[in-house]
Amino acid sequence: MARFRVAVHITPRKGLLDPQGQAVAGALHSLGFSGVSAAHVGRYIVLETEAESASAAGAEVKAMCGKLLANPVTEDFEIEPATPL
Amino acid sequence: MKFAIVTFPGSNCDYDAYRAIVDHLGCEAEYVWHKETGLRGADVVILPGGFSYGDYLRSGAIARFSPVMREVIAHAKRGAPVLGICNGFQIACEAGLLPGALMRNRSLQFVSAAVRIRVEKASTMFTNLYREGEELLVPVAHGDGRYVAATETLDRIEGEGQVVFRYVENPNGSERDIAGIMNEAGNVVGLMPHPERAMELELGSTDGLRFFESLLAGVAA
Repeated sequence: MARFRVAVHITPRKGLLDPQGQAVAGALHSLGFSGVSAAHVGRYIVLETEAESASAAGAEVKAMCGKLLANPVTEDFEIEPATPL
Repeated sequence: MKFAIVTFPGSNCDYDAYRAIVDHLGCEAEYVWHKETGLRGADVVILPGGFSYGDYLRSGAIARFSPVMREVIAHAKRGAPVLGICNGFQIACEAGLLPGALMRNRSLQFVSAAVRIRVEKASTMFTNLYREGEELLVPVAHGDGRYVAATETLDRIEGEGQVVFRYVENPNGSERDIAGIMNEAGNVVGLMPHPERAMELELGSTDGLRFFESLLAGVAA
């Protein structure tokens, strides 16, 4: 078993109303960043975990996302490749 | 009839529920700590409002895995009544007892106000003493009350008559003004408004009384 660092990006499901992202985009516009067409605010979770391999660590984190870390109704998630610790 | 009021770290409407059941309904109620592995022989389970686990991760996401929830889910699967109010509704959705999820209010602000809701379905064990279409005045107090679900899910629950309450004026951006829903079998109901806080005139409304009285009539029936 080896230790890995695995990070997950969780963002509001595409297509769902994202008032927080809209508020951030609006504030950026008022600061003059007129090129911003959308902003989405999500969560970034960093895990340290033991697994047989980097791919096994990734697979386990995917299961964690399905059960707890992300809500399948409202959120999308993206798992970064696991890196050895 | 005996009620179990599940208390999580951060629940804050557990006493409101207790008072509604014991003082107004005249029934027996017991607090059940979330670490317990039984429901003390209760007939009805209430998941009360509050901020279980500080709303960490998502409202209700961590409470859903408390030991007692295994029993609550089994209770619901047996067809016995489960009522989720506010944070309890969020927990019931996270636990898969009800479809959809509750997201941040459209305004991004916490809403604490008495709102009008319309009874969409009066033939449930929780609403049988109301008239269909009747408007009730009930308080809401939430930051994550915007009900969302996939369009197919929304169409299905509308089609199956699972929408129990709708806001007259939508305070949080909920899809289709949905304030409360039930599962297909009709024994699990979740709603963001607080009927347990609309039990006495001193608090502004008694429209919540018949909600609990319906339960008494509905479960006894």
